[in-house]
Parts: sequence; C-alpha cells; structure tokens
Amino acid sequence: MKLIIKGGLVVDPVAGSATIKDILVVEGKIAETGANLSAGGAVVLDAAGRLVAPGLIDMHVHLREPGFEAKETVYTGTRAAARGGFTTVACMPNTNPVIDNAALIRSIINSARTGGLVQVCPVGAITRGSRGEELAEMGDMAEAGAAAFSDDGMPVSNAGLMRRAMQYAKMLDKALISHSEEKSLSAGGSMHEGYISTILGLKGISACAEEVMVARDILLAEETGCRVHIAHVSTAGSVRLLQEAKARGVRVSAEATPHHFTLTDEAVMGFDTNTKVNPPLRTGADLAAVRQGLADGTIDVIATDHAPHTAEEKDVEYERAPFGLVGLETAVGLVWTELVNTGVLTPLQAITCMTLNPARILGIPKGTLEPGADADITIIDPALAEVVDPAKFASKGRNTPFAGRMLKGLPWLTMISGRIVMRGGVLEEENQQQ
Amino acid sequence: MKLRGKDMVGLRHITAQEIELILNTAEAMKGIINRQIKKVPTLRGRTVITVFYEASTRTRTSFELAAKYLSADTVGIAAATSSVSKGESLKDTARNIAAMGADVVVLRHPMAGAAELLASTLQASVINAGDGAHEHPSQGLLDLFTAREKKGRLEGLKVAIIGDIMHSRVARSDIWGYTRMGAEVRLAGPSTLIPRDIEKMGAIVCENIEDALAGADVVNVLRIQTERQQQGLFPSLREYSRMFCINRERLGLAAPDALLMHPGPMNRGIEISPDVADGLQSVITEQVTNGVAVRMALLYLLIGGGAR
Repeated sequence: MKLIIKGGLVVDPVAGSATIKDILVVEGKIAETGANLSAGGAVVLDAAGRLVAPGLIDMHVHLREPGFEAKETVYTGTRAAARGGFTTVACMPNTNPVIDNAALIRSIINSARTGGLVQVCPVGAITRGSRGEELAEMGDMAEAGAAAFSDDGMPVSNAGLMRRAMQYAKMLDKALISHSEEKSLSAGGSMHEGYISTILGLKGISACAEEVMVARDILLAEETGCRVHIAHVSTAGSVRLLQEAKARGVRVSAEATPHHFTLTDEAVMGFDTNTKVNPPLRTGADLAAVRQGLADGTIDVIATDHAPHTAEEKDVEYERAPFGLVGLETAVGLVWTELVNTGVLTPLQAITCMTLNPARILGIPKGTLEPGADADITIIDPALAEVVDPAKFASKGRNTPFAGRMLKGLPWLTMISGRIVMRGGVLEEENQQQ
Repeated sequence: MKLRGKDMVGLRHITAQEIELILNTAEAMKGIINRQIKKVPTLRGRTVITVFYEASTRTRTSFELAAKYLSADTVGIAAATSSVSKGESLKDTARNIAAMGADVVVLRHPMAGAAELLASTLQASVINAGDGAHEHPSQGLLDLFTAREKKGRLEGLKVAIIGDIMHSRVARSDIWGYTRMGAEVRLAGPSTLIPRDIEKMGAIVCENIEDALAGADVVNVLRIQTERQQQGLFPSLREYSRMFCINRERLGLAAPDALLMHPGPMNRGIEISPDVADGLQSVITEQVTNGVAVRMALLYLLIGGGAR
C-alpha cells in the first residue's frame, strides 16, 4: 500500500521548517519526503493549500474508562480524537478504579488496541488510588506502558510524598504531570476568585491556589532532577514561575488548554455550567500571559484536558455541576482561530506545541515526519471554517462552552500508520457506511 | 410602564426607572395592606407557587400573603417534603410545577444562579427569593422602599452595610439598587468576609467600621451566621461582637436621624444589640410590612394588569 501526499505545506517540527513538498507513505511508514516526488503508482492525496503535520498529540485527555462509561469510553473518546485531528492521546488515571497498577495500564492499552481508533498512552497514578498516601507501583506501570504519572484532579498534597515520587520517577526517566492545586485554598470554589465571582455570589478559586503548587513542584523538580510537567497553566503568576524556573535550567515543562487561552471568567456570567472547569477560566491578564507563554516557549504544549460529562450531570445548579469541558473536537479550530490567525503563534510553533513537544515529554517516538517513522499525519485546512455544533461530536460529552462559535482553520484529514481515519471532519468508518 | 423582563432574578440588570416603578407601585400596595379588608381582585385566577429549598419563615410568608392580598391562589413547596428529597433535579421540579399551570414561581435556593437556571427553563415568571450569595432582589427593593419612605429620597443617601458581606445576597442586591438610585454605599466587616473586588460594584470598602458609620443615613446590619466562625472565617463570636456589633455607641456615629435596618433573623447581642434593635431608630419591623407591599408590587407588575 503506497500513498503520496502532494503539494501541502509540510510543517516539520524536528527540522523546524515549513515548506511545500510531498510525503510518500509506504506500508504505514513514512518512506520519503521531498519536492516533486514521483507518485509511481501510489494513491495520490492532494494537499495543496493545506498544512501537513505530524499526527497531533493531546497529552491530557480523560477517556473515563473504566468506571465512567456514561461520560466517555476508549471507543468514543478515540473517535473524538480522530475527528479533532489527533493521532495519539494520553489518558488520565482518575477513573474507577484509578489506574494505579500494571494490570490496569495493560487493560487500557488493550481496549485501545481492540476498540480504539487512535494511539492511547495511559498515564498511571502517582499514588495508590490517587489517595496521596503511598506510592503506586510506578516501575511496574512504566514497564507495562505507562507514558507518565499523575494524580490529576487529586493532586499529591503531601510535599514529602511528592518529593519521593519525583526521585522515583527520575529513576524510571518518566515525567510527573502536576495538576497544581492547593486544595485548602480552592476548596468549595467553583470559578476564578475576582469581581465576577463576587457579583455572582459564587465561591472563588484564587490564582494562588494554583501558583503555590506550581512553585512547590518547581522547587522539588529542581532538587530531585525529575522531569515535571505542569498541567493546564491558567494564571500569569504560574507563567512567571515557569519562566524563572526554565531560566535556571529546571527540568520543567508546561501545557495550556484552548479554553484558558480563549475564555475569561466573564464567560461564567450567565451561569453556563459548561464554563465550569478546573483550573477555572481566569482574567484577561491571565489569558494574555498564557498566550505570551506559548509564544515565547515558556509553555511547551497545547493540551485539551478533554473532560466529558453527561448532560444530566451538567444541567444543574452551577455549584453542583462537575468541573470539565470537552476539547478534542474544537482544539485545532481554537488554536488556529485564536492563536495562528491572530499572529500569536506561527503554524510551526502551534504544530510543535501539539506534536514534537508532547512526544518528547511522554518519551514516545512520535511528532516527527522523519523517514521510518509511523505515518501518523494530520492535515489541517486553514481555510476551512465551521460553527461549532456539539451534535456532530463523536465524543459522548457535549459539554462545550464553544457551541455556536465560528472557527476557522480545521483538521481536514487524520492518518494513523498510513490509514486514513478521518477526512473532511467525518470519520472514515462513517464515510464508508454511507 | 412595565418591567422589561418576565422575571425578577436580581437587581443588577434592573434600571433606575424600573426601580422607581416598583417602589411607586409598592406605595399603592401598602395602602391595601393598611385597609381593614386586605383583598383586591387583581390577580384572581392566577397561581403563585413558592418553592423553598432553604428554611425561611419571613420571606415565604411575605410572598404568600402578597399573593393572597391580590387574590392569587398560592401553593408552597418546601424541599424537605417534596420529591426534591427523592433526588429530582431543580429543572425537573420546575417543569412539573409549570405543567400544573403556575404563573409565577418564587424560588429560594442555597445555590447561586438557581433562579436564572429556572427562569431560562420556564415560561412562567420567576422571582428570586434568594439564591446562595448571589441576589435577593425583593429584600433589596424593600430596603430601598423603606429608606425612600422615611427619607423622602434615595439619591445622595449614605448607606452603611455592616457584617458578612461575602455570603450576603442582601448586600449584593442592596449595592446594585442603592447605587443605581444615586446613593452612596459603604461596606465594613471582618476583612475575611469582604469579597474580592467588590468595590468595582460601586460600593466603598471601609477600613474600619467607624468610617463606614460616620454620618450614615441608613445602617443595614447583616446577620452573622454562627457557622462562619466554625469555618474559621473569624476567631470567635465574642470578638466579632466586640469589633462589629452595632450598639448605641456605634449607632451614635451615624447621622442623628439614621435608620437602623436588619434583614432578619437577628442574632441579638452578636451583630446588633437589643437596645438599638428595639430603639427609636429601628425600622426593622416596618421592613417586614414593606416587604409584603414590595412583593405585591412585583407580582402585580410581572403578571397583573398591564404586564407583558
């Protein structure tokens, strides 16, 4: 099986280049890249006017399996990923049971292999049951295929335990992903603490609730030498702490979500529970700092924190609603509309934040278009525009605050190991049924 | 003239003209309450349902009496006795109530935004009778009504609100209402109970209680819930009382003819001393009467006569 992608603007984060050329795919691998390659009997895919990138990686996704299958499953979540242009997702361990041992890591990998559409890299828990009491068997999990470790959503509050986790993860050469939240500061809060929370009468979560933990984990990373990745950076203070840490040479990386670089706490004004997310939507100054952090490389990764919930769970009083919103199927559109089309990031920067950088942090051989690599490829059409319609989502979760928003610059094709799984916003398996 | 919206969920979006209209209408309604036969046929055949997810005697009775004086039929639902305790969601409860033909739903709920959630679900008018720490518009309006009735104006009045501003929906509705009518609002209380950026609402946050009270025309004392002390928001009720209780001496800092208000229920001896609560400057019982008049006005303007 040979396939050639012709005439696209090939954005190559490894080479740091964006040039018009062709990519030849043979037997699921990238065989050759170059200008005017001869088709030689290969199926031709015309990519003129489009961007051809390594398959996108979302390193922060909740697939909800096992335990919360009403919200999402590996089956539906990986289809949402493919529709959104992602070829690899890392899934968080806050399931029921918590993914805290090798058997569960294997079971996720198995589910993904049998029912999933994209590559799934499970993230294992740092502590047993994510209870923050004792270390989980990270060595076993690493061997079974865990890509990183995190007690996402239930951050390790005991600094001594976190320090030991870092020492141990360093031995395994795995990154710890820190959901930075000091629970004693955030408890009971449901949105950013500021003027909007005051007039709405909702308990706020101050910027400090995030920043004290970012500071703690940076210091622990510095002391232990462990690679630490700060999840969903939402405040200007966190960006500043990261900048200082990176200047000192601390092995710290960070991600930002599309919702944190697009929306502010003003979006909460009508009590729409789809704006309830943790960390919360912050102020305009925070949003600007996150964008600046992405532009200057302080923040390495764009990840969605895709967090599906059922309609019944979200259709309640604001304080009662669970935190989280779905992101896989709006991510590329938001990155393009909010960052690329506005000149905050070049296409190469945006692609690097969604491919090479997360691949390096997770230690997976992805995010590259080098010959010999798996032909995981995403083609983005910068001219394609669409109004977000949650009814079209492949995800079970429809909890997005972006419904009705016009996005320009959308994923046009998703290819995994040479196999096309999405074309023109529609999953290939649905195209074939029609 | 009429109100712009079908609901009354808060004073934040209510204009000065609308407030004038409500207060003027309430004045006429107060005339009805003062009659021997307190009944007019205005809302005959209309139904008002009160849904209370929080304990309340005063507000609920006040709404029910307001409806009855206008000849509306009323039904009260308390959360503990309803299917709410069987796990029904707020929206489902609301839909069922609407399906029974309510014209107005009066909602009291412990969570901010509950009234807006209901208002967006129902065709019936929704009156917010207090949602979490968000708003309590009818209380705000009755405070304004009482101040205007006694002082003859709202513009230029100096209003001090003392106590737990953070958790007070009354404070928020008062701040929107008074500032919209041109009054000056000053706030004082323990710094742990002053919410962030509240000065952006147009109120003045005072460093100490004396500054807030100096020359004030209205002193509104908020209820301090004892559970706030258990939550660690201030060290002790004893210290709270020593630093913030409105007593004769502190009230003396206000204008000589200042009005003393309290939304009730009072913790005598904690946030307000009994001698001033029952003193000549206290209008606390009149607030209760005025509450009925204001609620009659709201019902009338939302579903009676010339409404929509």
